[in-house]
Amino acid sequence: MAKPKTTHFDTLALHAGARPDPATGARATPIYQSASFVFRDSDHAAALFNMERAGHVYSRISNPTCAVLEERISALEGGVGAIAVASGQAALHLAIVTLMGAGSHIVASRSLYGGSHNLLDFTLPRFGIETTFVNPRNLDDWRRAIRPSTRLLFGETLGNPGLEVLDVPRVAALAHEHGLPLLVDSTFTTPSLMRPFEHGADLVYHSATKFLSGHGVVIGGLLVDSGRFDWNDPGKSAGKFPTLTEPYVGFHGMVFAEESTTAAFLLRARREGIRDFGACMAPMTAFQILQGIETLPLRMQRHVENTRRIVAFLAAHPFVESVGYPELPTHPDRELAGRLLPHGCGAVFSFAIRGTRDQGRRFIERLSIFSHLANVGDAKSLVIHPASTTHFRVATEDLKAAGITEGTIRLSVGLEHADDLIEDLSRALRAAEKG
Amino acid sequence: MQSSVSGRAVYAYTGARAFDPALPTVVFVHGAANDHSVWALQSRYFAHHGRNVLAVDLPGHGRSEGTPLPSVEAIAGWLMALLDTLAIETAALVGHSLGSLAVLDATGRHPGRATRIALLGPSVPMPVSDALLDAAKRDDHAAFEMINGWSFSPADQLGGNRLPGVWMTGNAMRLMERCRPGLLHADLAACNGYATGLAAAENVRCPALLIIGERDQMTLPKNARALAAALSDKRVVTIPDCGHSLMTEAPDAVLDALREFL
Repeated sequence: MAKPKTTHFDTLALHAGARPDPATGARATPIYQSASFVFRDSDHAAALFNMERAGHVYSRISNPTCAVLEERISALEGGVGAIAVASGQAALHLAIVTLMGAGSHIVASRSLYGGSHNLLDFTLPRFGIETTFVNPRNLDDWRRAIRPSTRLLFGETLGNPGLEVLDVPRVAALAHEHGLPLLVDSTFTTPSLMRPFEHGADLVYHSATKFLSGHGVVIGGLLVDSGRFDWNDPGKSAGKFPTLTEPYVGFHGMVFAEESTTAAFLLRARREGIRDFGACMAPMTAFQILQGIETLPLRMQRHVENTRRIVAFLAAHPFVESVGYPELPTHPDRELAGRLLPHGCGAVFSFAIRGTRDQGRRFIERLSIFSHLANVGDAKSLVIHPASTTHFRVATEDLKAAGITEGTIRLSVGLEHADDLIEDLSRALRAAEKG
Repeated sequence: MQSSVSGRAVYAYTGARAFDPALPTVVFVHGAANDHSVWALQSRYFAHHGRNVLAVDLPGHGRSEGTPLPSVEAIAGWLMALLDTLAIETAALVGHSLGSLAVLDATGRHPGRATRIALLGPSVPMPVSDALLDAAKRDDHAAFEMINGWSFSPADQLGGNRLPGVWMTGNAMRLMERCRPGLLHADLAACNGYATGLAAAENVRCPALLIIGERDQMTLPKNARALAAALSDKRVVTIPDCGHSLMTEAPDAVLDALREFL
């Protein structure tokens, strides 16, 4: 018998998790806009509640449209499963609260999305979870920050907004050396550009609001489990993750790591985290993200092509002081990016103009195709000034450490024709330069 | 639940219920390169419906110590030894793939110990292709890819899991990847080398249920016909559009068939 073929990424982007609707024959994934699902009988109801049968009970816990999306992102990432949640922030929160409680500690890259930084630095300490922020490029920083109470290492595939490339293989190896999982925010790269599990990451999450959905019309998050981490490895992880390895009174004494050898984390996240914190995804949102993912490989290719042209244009422009894109020879992570991101470093990057803060403002205001707003990963090109918006609450010293200055401008390059985008930028730069 | 056979620790999932000697027992035996977790839904159901459940990890698999046993006969002997250790005189035995052969052989040798047997994805004989055996012998990842490719029906290769949020082939792959070196080859060689299945079937005295996946490419449905013919009291359930990973691909159909039978 010939060796079976594995399905390609592009095909999975269109088909994984879905099949023609058995009830109607609908080819598109139906939007199951129903809060609840009817039981066959009392025994069926009890069996569903007690995880003796597979199926849907209540759309906060699971929903058929969301389940298609969960399988699809799992297939694309090479994981065992996923949970669709209300936002990327909800995904990060769900990952953390599934793994730890008060008295625990996280080591995180200091180059994070401002919202993630807020959660870790300001909110979670109130619940007894502390975070040490480290230079993502310095492995010794990561190592020194690990304490006996550490339960998670966390970074972004591409730091925000400096695009520090996370050395996933080395940080994962360090985490595993200490019996800890590595969680990666893969929003900027998507599985189209990097599959962090192949480099050693254990958990991945996305703000699906960005490139996965791709059109700036929904808010959603996806948390994916590689299924590789051993939560009860003697001498390593054993004893560190009682939420997964000890009986849970809140679900009939279930020991999640015994219930599922590979998906204990997901089980607990669904049976406790989504159940109790309730940050579920709406089926309509899942449908729209699915629509986006269908064209993800095509879109990411075009996003990267456009970005490369714009990066080259800006890097050569006399009024531009610096451009931070990991493919440039001036970027400190160029070699690492070549290894981990051979198909491109995404479509979000920052640059600084030679000018005052007012000139920076004039530049943004004179753009006509680029929209000034707080989002990235839209089909349409976007622009923002991080120091006054996304990173507004970050202290100046921390801003500097994250590579952000008053003049830093962040672009999210869309799918328009690159010539038109360059013309738009060129016009705005001229206007800013004139003062 | 922890126990031991021949001084080696044995793990068996019980559905988080304490063993009750007053209740009848159902033993679930997994297939090659798997562990107890492939039975999660079905075993949990019976654990909460008036049975003791022992979903075992075979030696060297999952949480059980030791090295994989070299033959179906050895696994069958180990199963009986486990029942002896736990002072279980009789039990219903349920096995999948390699596990189905172990259940068959154990019942053929000890007809009085099984009250009923359910064989999922059975095949007698159970030949394994040279390509798969060779890859497994080298601990080549290609062996897992072959198994995954042949174990799920074409439709299920693209997902559509009844268990929300779990990518079936990804989960199956990750479970196999946890195998210690040499384990998969030992399991496949045991399947390939088992030659006395029909004789064992002729010795079975209790009712038998065969659950077959219509689209099974690992153990072809036609290879179960001789087995069915050799069993005196049997029932055959064929699940449409289902491959070899029956408990995952058709969890409700499998449970319904087991419920009705057990």
